[in-house]
Amino acid sequence: MIEDTILTAEDFSNGVKGRWCAGCGDFGIHSSLKKAMAEIGIPPSKTVVISGIGCSSRMAYHLNGYCFHTIHGRPIAIASGCKIANPDINVWTICGDGDSMAIGGNHFIHALRRNVNINIVLLNNRIYGLTKGQYSPTSERGFVSKSSPYGTVEDPFRPSELIIGASGEFFARCVATDGPGSVAALTAASKHKGTAVVEVLTNCVTFNNGSFERIYSKEAREENALYLEHGKPMLFGKNKEFGIVQHGFDLKVVKVGEGGYTLKDVLVHDAHCTDRTLHTKLSSLEGPDFPLVLGVIRDVAIPTYEEEVENQIKEISEKKNYHNFDELMKTQTTWTIE
Amino acid sequence: MEDITVKQLKNVVVLFSGDSGDGMQLAGNIFSAVCAILGDDICTYPDYPAEIRAPQGTLGGVSGFKIHAGRDVMTPGDHCNVLVAMNPAALKRMKKCLAPNSVIVIDVDTFNAAELQKAEFTTDDPFEELGIKNEVIAAPLSTMCLNSLAKMTDMPNKNKLKCRNIMALGLVCWMFERPLEHAVKMIKEKFASKPDIAEANIRVLQDGYNYGHNVHASIAVRYKIEPKIPQKGTYTEINGNKALAFGLIAAAEKSHLELFLGSYPITPATDILHELAKHKSLGIKTVQCEDEISGCCMAIGASYAGDLAVTSTSGPGICLKSEAMNLAIMAELPLVIIDVQRGGPSTGLPTKTEQTDLLQALFGRNGESPMPVVSATTPANCFDTAYMACKIAIEHMTPVIVLSDAFVANGSSIWHIPSLQDYPDITPHDVSADMASKWAPYIRDPQTLTRYRAIPGTEDFCHVIGGLEKDDETGKISYDPQNHETMVEKRNQKVALIAKDLPLLTVKGTPDADTLIIGWGGTYGHLLEAVTLLTEKGEKIALAHFQWINPLPSNTEEILRSYKKIIVAELNSGQFAAYLRMKFQNLPYMYQINCVQGQPFEEDILTEQITQIIKEK
Ligand SMILES: Cc1ncc(C[n+]2csc(CCOP(=O)(O)OP(=O)(O)O)c2C)c(N)n1
Ligand code: SF4
Ligand SMILES: [Mg+2]
Repeated sequence: MIEDTILTAEDFSNGVKGRWCAGCGDFGIHSSLKKAMAEIGIPPSKTVVISGIGCSSRMAYHLNGYCFHTIHGRPIAIASGCKIANPDINVWTICGDGDSMAIGGNHFIHALRRNVNINIVLLNNRIYGLTKGQYSPTSERGFVSKSSPYGTVEDPFRPSELIIGASGEFFARCVATDGPGSVAALTAASKHKGTAVVEVLTNCVTFNNGSFERIYSKEAREENALYLEHGKPMLFGKNKEFGIVQHGFDLKVVKVGEGGYTLKDVLVHDAHCTDRTLHTKLSSLEGPDFPLVLGVIRDVAIPTYEEEVENQIKEISEKKNYHNFDELMKTQTTWTIE
Repeated sequence: MEDITVKQLKNVVVLFSGDSGDGMQLAGNIFSAVCAILGDDICTYPDYPAEIRAPQGTLGGVSGFKIHAGRDVMTPGDHCNVLVAMNPAALKRMKKCLAPNSVIVIDVDTFNAAELQKAEFTTDDPFEELGIKNEVIAAPLSTMCLNSLAKMTDMPNKNKLKCRNIMALGLVCWMFERPLEHAVKMIKEKFASKPDIAEANIRVLQDGYNYGHNVHASIAVRYKIEPKIPQKGTYTEINGNKALAFGLIAAAEKSHLELFLGSYPITPATDILHELAKHKSLGIKTVQCEDEISGCCMAIGASYAGDLAVTSTSGPGICLKSEAMNLAIMAELPLVIIDVQRGGPSTGLPTKTEQTDLLQALFGRNGESPMPVVSATTPANCFDTAYMACKIAIEHMTPVIVLSDAFVANGSSIWHIPSLQDYPDITPHDVSADMASKWAPYIRDPQTLTRYRAIPGTEDFCHVIGGLEKDDETGKISYDPQNHETMVEKRNQKVALIAKDLPLLTVKGTPDADTLIIGWGGTYGHLLEAVTLLTEKGEKIALAHFQWINPLPSNTEEILRSYKKIIVAELNSGQFAAYLRMKFQNLPYMYQINCVQGQPFEEDILTEQITQIIKEK
């Protein structure tokens, strides 16, 4: 392949059509992912997609690349091994909310802690789709499902809190129906060096329809979503008339130009700030008083696990006097009988 | 002055025992290495307490290290010629290893009221109380340490007393006529960064030796180990876990693949992780994962990316890994899974040995999931076992389970350091560029039914694999009933065909034997010793010891059918026997010898049981 061939979304299509229910949000993210992969410019042969089990994880069958549809909850561990073994490939993980935060919760938090350079696409539909509609770790308290006919009596995770709490250095959020927003978030995740999580809010039409009504359509997002951009003021609303300001120990929504608030008072987003406090706060804003935050919320560069592994190998190799089996044997306490 | 008898023996057993903080392992290691360097065969076995912080001086805190040295040594031995007991608790715990003519060395300074009480003695004469009538060398090892090191005024007494183990070692070296130079060298190496500690230990080593020499009036026996004719070569002493690690390193080098280990610490397998983690200069990547599932999954990911991937654990970890192991079966990716067996079920007997994971290794997964299984027979054999497991995994695109056990893992034997030129090449079963247009992930080599590996980064070979059933030809997802059966059959056949690449089963013992002992894995030494002893007594008996369990060597049935009696001896309730019955119906009458006590076989009991079965009509 010629290095500077321009890739298109079609290059990442294997021609196999998605088999999700008509109207499933996963179609949208499938198309955005292919566009993002093209934009990133790494060819299919160097693109690895490792998915778990769930409707979302079926993505692996509909992409051109090195795709591996694995087992429930484990794709992040498999992807980590893959990336550590070969840092030269771009490794994606596709997983559902159950896959990543229920059965695979341990791998999820530890991958973030290690900071292996993989891109985790977390398709959050707040339900178990593939097993036909049980509540998930992100379902709201009281959620009625087949496995909770009288409503759940447990609180959900907020993925962002889990991710940032597990020292995740990249977190973005997008909505499956928002093509440009998704492509931007996915592209940024891939460019970030380290474990990057993109939470995709995706509607399961069949078992949890309407879960993201507040931001699912373009019109709704204009009102209720705040798109964060590094270095830009946090403005939202149809005419960007609202802004986020600091208010004592909290954040507050104000109308710019009213109540004495000017553009100067509006917080400017700093995705690179190492402190996690405000990123956590922003990503947990919810309605009805606050907009839902989309875009790249946190993007902080620190050394990746696999880089550190390679560095250590280099450093120790220089110090030690053995570099193959025979030389290793010479370091042992031996005796020779002639 | 009474004359000292020098007993010339073919081989001897020495057991160092004391509190877990007394450094028995170090003393034992040095002694075994010294014997090995002098040309003896050796076999060692450490006996750790299960509790790490059992109170000092109590029975629960006793740790032992047994060394069997001499000619034709195959096991660590049951009874010892010399027992070193650093305190009353050790004496009590190790009494079971005494034979009538064993000599006991004690640190008489520790046989005081307080220590006797901690060891739950009720009288002030522990020997009387235990009914021990053996010869006892009551050496004041503690006082001797303080005296030896009196001039080292900077060293606190507490530290001086830590040299008691080496003082005992010095005395034992005298008893066995072992010169000190090698021991001195090892101490220097061990304490290279702490010269004062090295100096103190070397001094007490010499004083321990001199003590034997000076007071030999009170020591009635000294031993001489018959020298054997050593074979040319370079040797080292090695334990099973280290030999496994070295085998993996060798296989990585021969296959030109990078070595990757995903693991989670668990006794008795952790030392494999420790060993490989040291060798960064060989480019080895080891990841201490968040759990065993991750260990196996990371290894699968690394294998997918093209590494020689390994995951190491013990039985409880295999339980966790089994779903992922099945993914490796389904995706047909090379993977080496090491199970260093310990006593089970559940947490069981973490530090003890058993062969109870055999059926789990063979069948402990959902669906029909054939997996090659190979077992290691001795510490040194672990090297070849690991090497062969890697070769089969890589060349046949399959996960392979290596069964070791606590006995093999922690025991040590002499290992002739090999030249890798003598080992067969390992060739990854890769796609070639000309296959690109007609390739699909499950196209197989018709001879071996092995699919071809295409690692990420290889142009023109983008593809999907996964855990769902695949169409036999196209590799696409398939729910077709007939196709599923075909694939089940192909996966079975693929593993069965590996037998063509495996060595045939060999039989040791008299050619006209009518009784065949069958064993597998880590009981090799004990079974061989039993067969050798019984053959010497004129019994017509032979041993067939299995390394490969799945597939079995292709001449297995033929051998089994040529004996009148078969005795399957194993450290479980009969798992291999059950497997053989499943594979071969109507075998000549099959007997079993089973022991599930978390311990290796005891030679006396084993030979007695075999003799009984031979006698039966
Ligand atoms: C070990 C194991 N347990 C359970 C299942 C059944 N299972 C498959 S997918 C799934 C949940 C899927 O939910 P999620 O991860 O949110 O993905 P979605 O289908 O919603 O995209 C479950 C419970 C399985 N395949 N494997
Ligand atoms: S069940 Fe829900 S998540 Fe699954 S494909 Fe249908 S709509 Fe999508
Ligand atoms: Mg879901």
